[in-house]
Amino acid sequence: MRKAFIAFASFAILALSTAAVEAQHDTLTLAMTLEPAPGLDPTVGPAAAIREITYGNLFEGLARIDRNAEVKPALAESWTVSADGLIYTFKLRQGVRFHDGTEFDSADVKFSLERAMAPDSRNAQKWIFAPIARIETPDRYAVVVTLKRPAGNFLYGLGWGDAVIVAPETAAHNSTNPIGTGPFKFDRWVKGDRVELSRFDGYWRKDAVALRKVTFRFIPDAQAQISALLARDVDAVPLFAAPEAVAQFKTDKRFSVTVGATEGETILALNNRKPPFNDVRVRQALAHAIDRKAIIEGAMSGYGTPIGSHFSPGHPAYVDLTGRYPYDPAKAKALLAEAGYPNGLKATLRLPPPPYARRGGEIVAAQLSKVGIQVSIEPVEWAQWLDNVFQNKQFDMTIISHVEPMDIDKYAVDDYYFGYRNPHFKEVMSAIDRATDPAAQNRLYKEAQTLLAEDSVNVFLFQLPRITVANADVIGLWQNVPLPANDVTEVSWRK
Amino acid sequence: MIAFVLRRVLGLAATLAAASLVVFVVLEVLPGDPALVMLGTEAQPQTLALLRAEMGLDQPAPQRYLAWVAGLVRGDLGLSYTYRVPVGELVVQRLAVTLPLTVLAISLSTALAIPLGVFAAARHRRWGDSAIMAFAQMGMAIPNFWLALLLVLVFAVQLGWFSAGGFPGWSDSPGAAFKALVLPAIALALPQAAILARVTRSAVLDMMGEDFVRTARAKGLSRDAALWRHALRNALIPVLTIMGLQFSFLLAGAVIVENVFYLPGLGRLVFQAVSQRDLIVVKNVVLLLAATVVIVNFIVDLLYAAVDPRLRTGR
Repeated sequence: MRKAFIAFASFAILALSTAAVEAQHDTLTLAMTLEPAPGLDPTVGPAAAIREITYGNLFEGLARIDRNAEVKPALAESWTVSADGLIYTFKLRQGVRFHDGTEFDSADVKFSLERAMAPDSRNAQKWIFAPIARIETPDRYAVVVTLKRPAGNFLYGLGWGDAVIVAPETAAHNSTNPIGTGPFKFDRWVKGDRVELSRFDGYWRKDAVALRKVTFRFIPDAQAQISALLARDVDAVPLFAAPEAVAQFKTDKRFSVTVGATEGETILALNNRKPPFNDVRVRQALAHAIDRKAIIEGAMSGYGTPIGSHFSPGHPAYVDLTGRYPYDPAKAKALLAEAGYPNGLKATLRLPPPPYARRGGEIVAAQLSKVGIQVSIEPVEWAQWLDNVFQNKQFDMTIISHVEPMDIDKYAVDDYYFGYRNPHFKEVMSAIDRATDPAAQNRLYKEAQTLLAEDSVNVFLFQLPRITVANADVIGLWQNVPLPANDVTEVSWRK
Repeated sequence: MIAFVLRRVLGLAATLAAASLVVFVVLEVLPGDPALVMLGTEAQPQTLALLRAEMGLDQPAPQRYLAWVAGLVRGDLGLSYTYRVPVGELVVQRLAVTLPLTVLAISLSTALAIPLGVFAAARHRRWGDSAIMAFAQMGMAIPNFWLALLLVLVFAVQLGWFSAGGFPGWSDSPGAAFKALVLPAIALALPQAAILARVTRSAVLDMMGEDFVRTARAKGLSRDAALWRHALRNALIPVLTIMGLQFSFLLAGAVIVENVFYLPGLGRLVFQAVSQRDLIVVKNVVLLLAATVVIVNFIVDLLYAAVDPRLRTGR
């Protein structure tokens, strides 16, 4: 009797669990730490969480950035660039429809670009559109964009979430009811809980899409993400918030773990505009005093790639400058003495909430104390960090990850929060903007990285990893993120 | 009775007016600019100014306060900065989670605590009393988030009887929605029940020492009969007070448990709105909570009056 019961029970459990797996084969549930704000329109808000839902799924641009960081045609089937780099002619894809059924054509392109570059536009990446002089639409499927000056990053910029194509009739409501041309259409947003998308049957390459339904759940707590994975409530956490728990999932055959790269350069930012950090010797001393390996080990459980300048190690123009200031406390002390601080100095370190900053900050403080720098740690909320550090520049040191792709150009912005000023660096950056030949551009990027390392503007720590924990049967998730995105177009379940 | 209610209603209105001013001033001095939080490290002076103007933040503070109060009077709570939908709509959605959760937790804790408390009082200084009080002591010492984690590990991760969290919504499947509230309600109810059981026990014991109970015993009632018929009814006043406090607390104080179960409740809405400086949500929800606390206290007062006629005349 008892045996029969056990047999029956195990059969029932088996039947139930296979039923559950069966039902999952064309749906996917992803967990995200943050909820998008404000709204779901990537053309008016810079938040990464907006892109992590909409990029490649709901909205598309003329070009797209693929998982290997390459610029690929999307709504534009092809393009040609004039020899002087000023005239871009786009041939648009035909038969593309928006989710509301209206057809996509050149008028939508003209509208979207002009809306983004307008003086009252809230687009966060105006640099993409700044070079545009005029936009012409010779016919329904051709767009000619004339630039004021050559812009080497123009096509790359058009691949960003900020440059997606929207329709004039629906653009104003995209924050709450996004209508794009992507493979998935917006179903609903249960605030505080989830966003649901479903397959758009009018998609132009419908056959490439395997999933019928995609749900993004908002789970801010790292422990809750772990439970949700273990209870099979979510199929994947693409940006897993708890590196210390990765080992547990690696040994569990039900899950796959990938560690890729983000565009997040994590730095110990120094206030270059005030003493003692206006002295390059002090900044170099700090670079020598920091042991990146120990920080990555302690704050990130070993996940993260050391960097020696403000540039992504995955980019072809990357130069490894991590050896420029090897860990050498004695050298650091000597440099401090040379700069007039033989007895060390005192400084504050403001730390925003992410664990990499809070945990990393403790280790940084301990390492700096070994060379005579007394650090007082001040944990701050994100809103306070933006207010004190970013806006009002009231800080000595802080730890932060700069997650925008290719944001080395921020070092050329006057009065940016860390206060770096170097005319030569600015020249290099504007030369990059003018260069249309990728090889020349890469050469200049290398020079720019080296300049930042020489000036030791900030202490460059590590590239933030993208740790994805997923059900072992889910395939096709992006491992690296060349820009904030969870493009699930090509995701499917292993048969 | 009518004069009593009127006095209380006037007091209620005055409290709310004062609360609105306090909430507004506190949010004014709180560092952090809502527009800056939205734009983050990509903020540029020009877009920042545009966004501030759009959110009405370029207006002077007294003007914004008056506009807010005028909106409240009309029943218009404004548009959330971060969600871009009316705040009223957000609050209603969150209450659809928080209210049933609170009611479920309070019912559970009451159903457990009052019988246990009375039983302990009846078995005063015997082993039944000691056992119940030992459990109550433990229940009070266990933080509810830890209990929540434990429940998730056992019933969601190991046994797979429940989801680890989330809320499917009432309209899709009421059964699943109710199921999603069971573990969180238990996590909230047990520590509350522990407190309530102790309060019930000591209130009943206090009453057992009163003259009217002695008189009842002298009439020939057994100890148990005196307890159930006379002491318990009078002991309900402190118990109601605690329940009122617990109800108000659970409305927004469940945030830690909501986080563990990633439930879209009211507590998490406020928590998230504070960190994102969605001030329009914060001030309205905080005021709403203040109003609820005041109203719950008002209801508790009325219940006192119902339980104890002496309180009606204010003597």
